[in-house]
Amino acid sequence: MTRTKTAGLAALLSLALLGACSTPEQPTEIHDPYEKTNRKIHAFNKGLDSAIVRPTSRVYGLALPKPVRRGISNFANYVDTPRFIVNDLAQGNIDDAGHNFTRFVLNTVFGLGVLDMAGSIGVETRRTGFGETLYTWGAREGAYIELPAIGPSNERDAVGQVVDFISNPISGVIDASDEWIPPTANVMDRVNQRYEFGATIDSLLYESEDSYAQGRSLYLQNRRFELGQEDAFAFDPYDDPYSEDPYAQ
Amino acid sequence: MHSDTGRRSALALLAGAAALAALPAAALTDGQARGLVDKVVGDINSIINSGRSEQAMYGDFEKLFRRYGDVPIIARTALGPDARSATSQQLSAFADAFAVYLSRKYGRRFREFIGGRIEVEGTRKVRDYYEVVSNTVLKGQAPFEVVFRVSDKSGRDLFFDIVIEGISLLKTERTEIGAMLDKRRGDLDALIRDLRA
Repeated sequence: MTRTKTAGLAALLSLALLGACSTPEQPTEIHDPYEKTNRKIHAFNKGLDSAIVRPTSRVYGLALPKPVRRGISNFANYVDTPRFIVNDLAQGNIDDAGHNFTRFVLNTVFGLGVLDMAGSIGVETRRTGFGETLYTWGAREGAYIELPAIGPSNERDAVGQVVDFISNPISGVIDASDEWIPPTANVMDRVNQRYEFGATIDSLLYESEDSYAQGRSLYLQNRRFELGQEDAFAFDPYDDPYSEDPYAQ
Repeated sequence: MHSDTGRRSALALLAGAAALAALPAAALTDGQARGLVDKVVGDINSIINSGRSEQAMYGDFEKLFRRYGDVPIIARTALGPDARSATSQQLSAFADAFAVYLSRKYGRRFREFIGGRIEVEGTRKVRDYYEVVSNTVLKGQAPFEVVFRVSDKSGRDLFFDIVIEGISLLKTERTEIGAMLDKRRGDLDALIRDLRA
């Protein structure tokens, strides 16, 4: 890792841990002080999707047979696995570190990185990243933000995504001339996901009457679930002050 | 000795039966919550694998939603604070239109479930209701968690929310219906018309 990269990482880390994140006094379900800017970025992302990402994903999905697309996505996951292991260890999650290490060995030996042999015998992928590591270290979620070209995030995960992008440990063992390969595989995997879940994403972006609010809600709910957080804002509609007696009619 | 033990256990059994009979019948048990979801899942599985047309499936989903879901409470919650100022006629018309809208919106998504299966895994009690946890396995995809929230506060055992990988239908629709109402400047009758269309 270069010196500037290390310095940049250290700066980001202290930013995230020192609570530079915008945090409300009372925990709220949706903390979105940058909504105005976020909505502009959302409009940009939507334009990017309809002009480039969506059409590209359709060409990609139709041009490449499914086994090839799957191989590329498996490879993207494979080159990310060392990063998962490092983060598992940083989180003190020895169980997942061992699990992901086993995956990496199995897929290296029997799958050449493109076949997910480990997955087919039940050693499924357990993704993680620096955003989750920051969470286990006690960093707060911070404000909701929508990132250009990437989509919904929050302050903590945005730092995590940057660190994930510039610090894949696999780049330490491959030739410098091959360094373009892991990020390219990741982009192709994202295009594939846009194709595979096309109907779901279409309905969110183009059928919702407020795709920004809808995307924000879906992201925050799902992200908190992924991190194993208890649903602190679960609705018990029977306790809803607005519905004293919905059965009296 | 043997007969003594026998008599004691017979007595204990009788006492147990009496205690059971004295229990209020109303409390929802995890067995009942699971039973409801087993029926829902069985129906969903048979609808998605029925080979019927999409239009016919929407109708099937709507029936399923009305039979096993607490439609009035789901609709009212989706409407949020605006439910307060609505008349009871508006509320019931909205609940009706909402059922149609939901079955269309989600019925279309269930097409992706064809060939897949949903398996009930277990139940847990949360506050006054039960969560029935199920696992959905679709072809060529990692399994994902679907949780049904079940309550008997309506007088019957019905689900009032479905949570997929942490995403609550109730919350999602509250956001969407809120946006729709804003767009129509709070005109509930216009919203009801559009939901039916």
